[in-house]
Amino acid sequence: MVGGVVTKVGSLDSNKTGSWRSFRPVIDREKCIGCGLCKKFCPDVCIEIKDKKAEVDYDYCKGCLICKSVCPVQAISSEEEEK
Amino acid sequence: MSSEVISSGHSACAGCGEIIGERMVLEALGKDVIVCQATGCMEITTTPYPRTAFKVPWLHVTFENAASAASGIVEADRKLGRNTTVVAIGGDGGMMDIGVRALSGVMERGHDLMLVVTDNEAYMNTGIQRSSGTPKYAATTTTPAGSVVPGKREWKKSISRIAIAHGIPYVATASIGFPEDLVAKVKKAQGIKGPKLLHIYTPCPVGWGYDSSKTVYYAKKIVETGLWPLYEIENGKLTISQRPTFAPLEEYFTGQKRYKHIKPEHIKEVSERVKAGWKELEKQEKAGVDLMLLP
Ligand SMILES: Cc1ncc(C[n+]2csc(CCOP(=O)(O)OP(=O)(O)O)c2C)c(N)n1
Ligand code: SF4
Ligand code: SF4
Ligand code: SF4
Ligand SMILES: [Mg+2]
Repeated sequence: MVGGVVTKVGSLDSNKTGSWRSFRPVIDREKCIGCGLCKKFCPDVCIEIKDKKAEVDYDYCKGCLICKSVCPVQAISSEEEEK
Repeated sequence: MSSEVISSGHSACAGCGEIIGERMVLEALGKDVIVCQATGCMEITTTPYPRTAFKVPWLHVTFENAASAASGIVEADRKLGRNTTVVAIGGDGGMMDIGVRALSGVMERGHDLMLVVTDNEAYMNTGIQRSSGTPKYAATTTTPAGSVVPGKREWKKSISRIAIAHGIPYVATASIGFPEDLVAKVKKAQGIKGPKLLHIYTPCPVGWGYDSSKTVYYAKKIVETGLWPLYEIENGKLTISQRPTFAPLEEYFTGQKRYKHIKPEHIKEVSERVKAGWKELEKQEKAGVDLMLLP
């Protein structure tokens, strides 16, 4: 017996979780070495490495700041979100 | 934005370690998989019907029988002449407590399954109740720390030792703090026929009461203290993956509300257990003997 079937994969991306954020991670592109560690650990899979620099998708970033804590060169700072 | 296996937009709490573990496992396994997920945070936060964060075939199974459902799927898959990787995955509650009978059944019957425990050391989805994976002295809503009883009274259960007692070909522990080790173990397990179990440490900022940015810190620190040993047991033979530096346990306990009440005598007791446990692990590794010779 099957209760329900969902065929549109990854369709939960319509849920914009960026509104949860209290703190915003800010990437210093000068400092970023593109190592990808932040991306590896981001629980919300909202970091991409483009042209060897990390970029955050603020539509989904919940502001946990794991990225900031794992960055080996302190390229990520944080700012409080305005309400 | 998203990964190959899971999209953004899921509702796991900010800083969730369990969803990091779930993704790392599934990314390592690739697309030819069928995932049977026990109820728990990883189901509730990813699949509010009619939507899903998953991009691989994924089934929600009840709290207690992810392993049983997976065993039926893998047998059907093999009858069809396929070789899909079938995964049963669940939390400590789902796999170590209520689902342990189903888990034991599939291990004893020898189905070709990946069995994955994403351990956040309590029933988080229902409000932080203790499980057999909750460590001694941790406060949960059902093991509160008071003036007489300092949190949970029992030691954490070893699900990997229970697994190996079934004589299965592969058992390993991992932590999301060491992704390369975790991924290597998942891939190795995938290449082995029969039941294989991975026990993965996945910190939970909400249930443990720590700042969400520190998930990876705790996932690394517990390994460094020796409290979460990383090892593999292949055909009964134990190999240690990484030797701890035996960092002071305080560095791990501090900053977690669930251990706020912990006293030096408790830490001493845990530290003695770590020492004794490591002596035993080293002995077993050196002896190289089959850990499940006779009943
Ligand atoms: C038979 C049954 N009992 C109780 C529940 C309620 N329940 C749902 S998830 C859950 C706890 C899950 O804990 P765990 O497996 O550790 O996963 P986590 O939420 O921590 O990720 C409980 C008790 C249920 N769904 N089914
Ligand atoms: S703050 Fe958290 S969710 Fe946002 S980009 Fe960093 S790791 Fe991802
Ligand atoms: S961890 Fe730091 S250096 Fe590495 S990609 Fe992310 S921001 Fe750049
Ligand atoms: S309660 Fe813990 S395990 Fe559950 S979604 Fe939140 S952080 Fe993750
Ligand atoms: Mg749990």
